[in-house]
Amino acid sequence: MKILRKASLSFFGLKVKFLLHPKNPLKGDYVFKLISALFALSIFLILGLMVYELVKGSWLSIQTFGLNFIVGTTWDPAVSRVFGALPLILGTLVTSAIALLIGVPISLGVGLALSEYLPKKFGFAVSFLVELLAAVPSVIYGLWGIYVLIPFLRDHIYPYLQSVFGFIPIFSGPIYGGGVLTGGIVLAVMIIPTVSAVMRDLFSAVPNSQREAIIALGATKWETVKTVISYARSGVIGAIILGLGRAVGETMAITMVIGNRFHVWPSSLFDAWYTMAAIIANELLEATYDLYISALINVGLVLLFVTLVINILARLIVWRALRLTRGIARE
Amino acid sequence: MDHHKFRVIKDRLIQFLVYLALFSALIPLFSILYEVGARGFSTINIEFFIKPTPTVGESGGGVANAIQGTLITIGLASLIGVPIGLMSGIFLSEYGESKLSVAIRFLHDVLNGVPSIVIGVFAYALITRSIGFSVTAAAFALAVIMIPIVTRTTEEALKLVPMSVREAAIALGIPRWKTTIIVVLSSAKKAIVTGILLSIARIAGESAPVLVSMGFWRWWFAGLNRPVANLALNVFIFATSPFENWVALAWGSALILILLVLGISIAARVLIKGRY
Repeated sequence: MKILRKASLSFFGLKVKFLLHPKNPLKGDYVFKLISALFALSIFLILGLMVYELVKGSWLSIQTFGLNFIVGTTWDPAVSRVFGALPLILGTLVTSAIALLIGVPISLGVGLALSEYLPKKFGFAVSFLVELLAAVPSVIYGLWGIYVLIPFLRDHIYPYLQSVFGFIPIFSGPIYGGGVLTGGIVLAVMIIPTVSAVMRDLFSAVPNSQREAIIALGATKWETVKTVISYARSGVIGAIILGLGRAVGETMAITMVIGNRFHVWPSSLFDAWYTMAAIIANELLEATYDLYISALINVGLVLLFVTLVINILARLIVWRALRLTRGIARE
Repeated sequence: MDHHKFRVIKDRLIQFLVYLALFSALIPLFSILYEVGARGFSTINIEFFIKPTPTVGESGGGVANAIQGTLITIGLASLIGVPIGLMSGIFLSEYGESKLSVAIRFLHDVLNGVPSIVIGVFAYALITRSIGFSVTAAAFALAVIMIPIVTRTTEEALKLVPMSVREAAIALGIPRWKTTIIVVLSSAKKAIVTGILLSIARIAGESAPVLVSMGFWRWWFAGLNRPVANLALNVFIFATSPFENWVALAWGSALILILLVLGISIAARVLIKGRY
């Protein structure tokens, strides 16, 4: 193919009407490659334009508040027109952390069940169900959260939690149904399919020789599985960070269940709070003056930055881990 | 208790925990399917499919305008997103590994990880602020969400076509680009269509970017510089409204969305079976 490509380069600058000439098929090759390359390069344009537009849109807010935007704890569009996003950042991080606390052990179990425990054929069907869970739109999780999960938690789980752990401050206070813990639970449900699918792939990529070696030493199933996990551990960390990225950016479901109250720190796990994504969804349409709009776009910029860092980190770790395990498997 | 027994008990315990985790992960799926199925089904009747959004206090009404609006938005988004994704996928799969292709693939992964609300804010800043809340802005946002999905699935589909197929075509004297279009693309047709369908299922359910770039609209399509109604956004607006009739419509809209997503996912499974 090298010769073809070199030959086609010499046709640079020729007009498209030569394209279909039967005696010069290479011109068509060059033009087609050029067109597909141009389309492929558009990703640079899209991401560049996105960063540019978000920075341009939040410029007014950056000029007015500077770093105070990130450490400020006031959000007052009505009177003083001061905007600080620290409570939103905290709300986003804390709900995501709760989601990881609940979601990661379950995802680990699902990943192991799919790759190690379930018989192949059955595993295929269950994998499909897990993928369906990933395909359910966010807004439907929100609808289910409001009308099914919240009443259930409010009437059955939370009163029980409070009666047992009520002496700890984070489990005290009034129960509304929606709130920080509910938000974390809904996020956990939403990240489980993503994280467990990556974990399944990681565990399946572990070469069988690893399992055979330890089984030959007389290991139980769990001891074998432990070897598999430790073999894939860097990838597992990547999968968890990937889940974090998904939780941080989640909008509709969390908006519908977290209660949307702006304050620095909630009084308990049952109290309402706010996240970066939720405030954009709730207020961008109602923002009436430039500084307000700019502040909301600034929240979007911070959110973009946070998710970019998280995702790039996760991708690099998962890529490296998959390449390592597969590379060794091939040898 | 001897050590061997302890190891066996621990093994059984872990096995139990693994299946418990799997079971608890699937409860929400069955709960969602059941609730949406039951509550949605009782809302759906003929009127639901032929009438537009009811005004506050009006009984009955439907989501006909939202179905129309969703189809228009998806159509416009596909018009932008599919060609870009398809050609990018062809470039990544057919023109070899280079630093450029690694970078492009990485950026597609990055874009795939950008939250949809941020893409909505992007569309808002770029389009909505100049031409107003419009179907164009929403379609643009959804196209941006689509591109990395279509690119990735197209690339993977094309890579599954055996090299010998390409070599056979080239040995017959068919130019490379015609080989790509006539031979490679058509052998991978099913998998590519699957990828496009999956991306459509994904954007049909997106409501955050639609909300910030287009907003809620109760009427029919009224031009490209005006908003249209949207099923996923309807679910959000109706579900958080205090009106019983709207809440019922939210469940009906959710049922249609779930059926769409389920249908496409199952169709994708069936289509994908026939590939290399």
